[in-house]
Order: sequence, then C-alpha cells, then structure tokens
Amino acid sequence: MHVVNRWRSWAWVLPALTLLLVFVYYPIVENLRLSLYSWSAFSAQPTFVGLDNYRTAAGDPVFWRALRNNTVFAVTSLVFQVGFSLVLAAVLEEFVHQRLRGILRTIYFIPAVISITVAGILFSFLYNPQIGLLNRLLDAVGLQSWQHSWLGEPSTAMWSIIAMSQWQSIGYTAILFVVAIQRVPREFYEAARIDGAGKIRSFFSITVPMVREMTTLVTILTISGAFLVFNEVMVMTAGGPSNSSQVLGTWLYRNAFLNDDMGYASAIATVIFVITLLIGAVQIYVSRRRRIEW
Amino acid sequence: MVMTAPTKAGTVPAVTSRSRTVRPRWIRSLMSVLVWAGLGLLVIAVLYPLLWMVFSSFKDNREVFDSPWGMPGRLRWENFGKAGNAGVVRYFTNSVIVTSLSILTTVLISAWAAFGLVRQKIVGGGIVLGLLLGGLMLAPTVALIPLFGLLQNLRIFDTYWALIVLYTAFRIPFTTFLIRAYMIDISPEVDEAAKLDGCTPAQTFWRIILPMSRPILVSAALLQALFAWNEFVFALVFVSNGDLKTLPVGLMDMQSRLLTDWPVQFAGLTMAALPMIVLFLIGQRQFLQGLTDGIGK
Repeated sequence: MHVVNRWRSWAWVLPALTLLLVFVYYPIVENLRLSLYSWSAFSAQPTFVGLDNYRTAAGDPVFWRALRNNTVFAVTSLVFQVGFSLVLAAVLEEFVHQRLRGILRTIYFIPAVISITVAGILFSFLYNPQIGLLNRLLDAVGLQSWQHSWLGEPSTAMWSIIAMSQWQSIGYTAILFVVAIQRVPREFYEAARIDGAGKIRSFFSITVPMVREMTTLVTILTISGAFLVFNEVMVMTAGGPSNSSQVLGTWLYRNAFLNDDMGYASAIATVIFVITLLIGAVQIYVSRRRRIEW
Repeated sequence: MVMTAPTKAGTVPAVTSRSRTVRPRWIRSLMSVLVWAGLGLLVIAVLYPLLWMVFSSFKDNREVFDSPWGMPGRLRWENFGKAGNAGVVRYFTNSVIVTSLSILTTVLISAWAAFGLVRQKIVGGGIVLGLLLGGLMLAPTVALIPLFGLLQNLRIFDTYWALIVLYTAFRIPFTTFLIRAYMIDISPEVDEAAKLDGCTPAQTFWRIILPMSRPILVSAALLQALFAWNEFVFALVFVSNGDLKTLPVGLMDMQSRLLTDWPVQFAGLTMAALPMIVLFLIGQRQFLQGLTDGIGK
C-alpha cells in the first residue's frame, strides 16, 4: 500500500517527463545513431557507413566556414552583449534619473520582443541597396565609397547579420545586468565615493566584480546562442551569397531538407550537440568551482 | 558567499583616498555630454528602424523610394488590408491558436510537475530534476531530423499539434524551474491546512496552490507567448501546408511572394510586431520578473 502510494506520486511528473523523453531526449539519442547512416528522407534503406559522414564534414570547406562564422558570431556577441551591455547597464544605473531610467530601459528592450523574423526582414530592407536607409545615410554623410549591397556581397553578408543580432539583443542582456547591479548593496558605492573613487573607478572595482555571476551566465547564454543561430541567417540570406554566411544550423537545414542528405545533416547536428554539451559542461564546472571557492 | 567580492572591492578605494583628485569641471561635463549623446544615439538606433517600418507601411511605393526619411503623405490603411489578404491574417490566426494552446499546456503541465517536485515525495525525484536540467541545455536544432520522422509516425506532421507538442516539450524544463522556484517559497502550512480541511493533494493544487501562484503563472505565460509567437525552426520544418503556417514563417514566404510591393510588406511586419510590443508594454513588470527569476535560479 505504502509503495503503491509512493509510486502514485509519479502521476505529478509523468506528463512532463513523457513529453521530455519522447520529444527532447529520444530525438537527440536517435540523432547520434542516424549520423552513422547514409540515408535520405525518401529512400527506404539507410546504409550503415560508420563515421563517413563525419569524414565528409572534415573535408567540407563550407562546414568549416560555417563553424568559423559561428565563432565570429560568438566573439562579436561577447563584445556587445556582455561588454557593451554591462557598461550600458552601469551608465543607466549611475547617470540617469529614476523615471527616465525606466523609459530608456523599456525602449532598449523593445527589439528583444519582436520576432527575429520580423527584425531580420526589417534589416534586410534597411540594407537593401534600392530602398534601404543604410546606403542613403552613408550617401548623406559623404561616404559613398562605403556603400554596399550589404547582404548580397560575400564580404559583408555575415557581418550585416551579426549587426542585426546585436541590435536585437543588447537591450535584453543590459536588463539582466541592471538587475544584477541593483542587487549590489548601495553602501559599497557610498563607501567608494567617500574614499574619493570616481564613477569609472567604482565601475571597475565594485560593479564588475559584484556582477561576476551574471556575467558568467550571460557569457554562457551568448556563446551557446551564437552556436545555435539559425533564424537570423535563414531569413536574411539563407546562408548565401555562395555560402559565405552559412552557419552550422543553416548548413544542417540545407543538407537535410534541400540536398536530402539526412545522414550528413545528422552528423552536423551531432557537432552542434557536442558544442552545446561542452558549453554546458563549462557552465557546470564554473558554477561548481565558485561554490567551493566561496 | 556574497561577502568575498565586497571586501576585495572595499580595499581598493581605501588606497586612493589620500590621493583624491577632483577632476576639473569641464572634464566632468564633457563626460556627461558624451554619456547622454551615447544614450540618445542608442535610442535613435533602436527606435528609428521601427518607426521607419511603421511609417513605410502607410506610404506608397514612390514615397518609400523618394522620401525614405519622411512621414507618409497620408495614412494608407489599405496597405494593412492588402497585407491581411496576402496571408497575414491567416498566419496571425495560426500563431494565436498555436501560441495560446501551447501556453495552456506548458503552464499547466509544468505547474503540475513543479507542485509534485516541491510537495510530494517522489521516488527518484532527483533523476527527474536532472532530466529537466539537462533539457534546459538541449537545442531544438539537434533534434530536428529525428523529429521529422517521429512526427510523421505519430501522424501529427504538418498539423497545429506538431508545433503545440514541441513548444510544450521544449519549454517544460524552463517553465517548471520557474514555477518551482516560486512554489518553494509558499509555506507548507498552506498545504497542511488544506489537508486538514479534507483536500486531496490534487484539490490542494487546483484550489489553493495554483491561485496563489498566479503572479509567476502570468510571467510564465508571457514568456511562453514570446517564445511560441516568435519560434521559427520547428514552424519552418514541421508545417508545410501554407494554410497552417505561423507568422514568422509566413512572413518569410510573403517576402518572396510580394517582392517589391514594399509598403504592403512593411504593413505585414508592423502587424506581426505590434502584438508582442503591446503585450510587453502592458505586462512589463511580469515579463521582466519572469525573465530574471528564470535566469537567476
């Protein structure tokens, strides 16, 4: 009777667990298996090919370019969404009066609530050589030589997408830092001020160390977000021109659903999985080490 | 744990206290001018593209080309009608259906699980928590290809259900942790009182705990709305019927269909962006609370 009762408590977690196991865990395990086969969506017989799909990836220049693009995406996002956002949050908290501060925070956050698709299409219009504002702005300030067909040229496409992503995300991470800064006891700043430290000094010796935990978290989120990026690229360039803005996610999509090379696409998915796993491991390692340290 | 960093920080200003330098006034004013210029520029950089989107949706094609910076000559509401007919209304409806149903399933299933984890002694509860935590880190893209087959076998490929089920499954970990963190703070005496009054655990959940958790449920619902409304990759891969497409994918389709009918395209974007902006402005507090609570714990 007692045992039955204890098992009955599983009724609470069963719906959540079932969905999680069937639609999240099973596909990820299945993906590992599928990556060892050569198959397409419409062929009946998958053939076992061992690690061939991974060898294909190793020899595929587009795969490496995609990986590099993801890395560039991650590094740029770190600069803006961690570095710049932290400064922005500190400036908002230190320089701006209460009411205006709220308004500015709200404004900076707005891009984060519109969908990436809307933002992506909007920016592809902004970059458009015919109607876009960017080239006209450059024209107006006399920098005609800087004009580009931003999404149409291999050298600028990736950067244009990255820039859009920063526009969308800075407000979001800045809010997270604002919350972290608000948790810092005001006395520390008071003490620093009495001791003669200026605002810049207090930023580096109080704010930065005190929000370290949030910085770690935002760093992890930003890096994993950059390696999972898909929507922005799909909407703005679909990986083009000539694969110059391909990222792992779009290269996976292209191979799976347009080239119908499901096995190779599964192998790319596994690579993405391993990368996110590594990032997760780093996160656990960092938070555990901190717990011991403190 | 909070105490180490402040002591480190506290020692630094003490060193400088003797060599206190008061910066000349002009440097300080220069600094604040720069700060305000920066903040102002950022406001323009954030708002101008959005205003341009809204203004352009009232223009005609000639105005879009000839006066890109200006206001529309008159308000051409018909652009919104055209965008609506071109598919936005249908995509919009689909998004509303998928979003609201997935809010319902996600929040209920997660709250149900969170209550179980907090209040019922579950055999292997630690494993469940571990699976949920792992689920937080797993990315949709990685599951894409096996899901393609799985949904076909379940015969829900290319239906609303494909999206509703996936939006629920992938958001259960986050939502459960969010609600769990809130329920932990509800005093166990509440449950005991309910038990004394003859409530079964399920009755306690529906009649007492759920109403008491309203603030966090609102936050959870808003965040789920934001997620489901904007989700792209599942909607792109698992729905191919044009009549069932949600806004993010539908808009992309529309872009290739309408090509150079710029004002109508802008109108479509405006219609897609507005609900979330309005929802955010109204529910800002719950939005941000959910966001920071969910991320901090």
